[in-house]
Amino acid sequence: MNCAEIRPLLHAHADDELDVANTLELERHLKTCAACAAELKSLQSLKTALREPALLYRAPDSLRKEVRQMIKDTRREERSREVSTPWFWKYLAFGTTAFALLLLLLRPAGISGRDQLLDEVVSSHVRSLMVEHLTDVVSSDQHTVKPWFDGKLDFAPDVKDFAADGFTLVGGRLDYLHGRAVAALVYRHNKHLINVFVWPADGDLKTETETRRGYSVINTTAHNLRYCFISDLNAKELGDLAGLCGK
Amino acid sequence: MCSPRLAGKIIIPPGIKLLSAQSGLEWKRKVSANESEQFERIVLPHLDAAYNLARWLAGNDHDAADIAQEACVRALRYLGGYRGGDARSWLLAIVRNTAFTWLKKNRPQAVVSIEDEQLSEIADPSGTAGTFYSADKGALRAALEALPLEFREALVLRELEGLSYKEISEVAEVPVGTVMSRLARGRRQLQAALNQKGAA
Repeated sequence: MNCAEIRPLLHAHADDELDVANTLELERHLKTCAACAAELKSLQSLKTALREPALLYRAPDSLRKEVRQMIKDTRREERSREVSTPWFWKYLAFGTTAFALLLLLLRPAGISGRDQLLDEVVSSHVRSLMVEHLTDVVSSDQHTVKPWFDGKLDFAPDVKDFAADGFTLVGGRLDYLHGRAVAALVYRHNKHLINVFVWPADGDLKTETETRRGYSVINTTAHNLRYCFISDLNAKELGDLAGLCGK
Repeated sequence: MCSPRLAGKIIIPPGIKLLSAQSGLEWKRKVSANESEQFERIVLPHLDAAYNLARWLAGNDHDAADIAQEACVRALRYLGGYRGGDARSWLLAIVRNTAFTWLKKNRPQAVVSIEDEQLSEIADPSGTAGTFYSADKGALRAALEALPLEFREALVLRELEGLSYKEISEVAEVPVGTVMSRLARGRRQLQAALNQKGAA
């Protein structure tokens, strides 16, 4: 490939969106072409500059409040409507709920246990973002966060800051998951918040990545600890953090 | 209300009045308690992303808040159209449509559609190679704000929100090739603006 063909691909390459075949071609070209290599570097420095958090606007509290009020009004209206619901609809609703509960109880235990954990993880993540109780101990210093867990848990979670790799430690908190107290570490990547739940592992688990209600979730074990990563970040970048924690 | 879903895409009917008292009453009557619960789970966690996009498209706090709020009203109304998948992209598509409807009505001169050129036409190496950019917030923000709407949108979705090409193509309702062309051209203009500022 010549420079004219390579130039448009540089962007896709910098964005991590280029397929393997083209990436190989491009890398071969970059080894021999200083101009294209310099262009790629320049592009990457522009991308790094744009990662500046100050460029991100946060929703003002007034907007948050108005949107919440909108939901509350909706609920109230819903409740006042319930009064006039004809009786047979009520019985039908009751019957359906009972049937659904029965189905839920009859599901295989293995699947529902795992599903339930994932649901708990997602709920805990969402709750931590919603009720402004993200952290009990706020610090980007691993030496502040780690000792904070002492005496609060029956294990010592590994707490590291990966700011150099783009994952800044925000703090930690205690959480309750899967019937036990767990450590929740909070990281920030660009403006995405990541919850990392940590508890002692009962065995080795294959690393599993999935999407749950729009969130990326990664389950894995490392150093005899069970890790669960969750964020609205894409699975690949979340995987980067999982990789760092597993080292 | 007609069905907002068409071939897997959310189509927002044009000409919906923003924040009128009437539309406010209309949505209230149609939402169930279950839906408002879903809304808290699906939409609220991405309110910052929604506002950020609205703010970059609208250019000021006041209009951005109006657009973001209207987008939330629509999101609540269209919850039935959400079929799993990335909730943030789904919400951003609604914000994007709301913003464009708003801009067309209130600032038609801002929405001048750019002819999307072929990718080959951006191949021209314009002497930006070797230039490095520091995170001068003010200069970056000004340069990004000065970009044409479509380029700014693509860059905000990619660099600030971290969306993939495919997700951006869904949000902006254009093919992936167009997304790539917009990103490349937007970056070139950004580089040129920053270089000029650096030289001045």
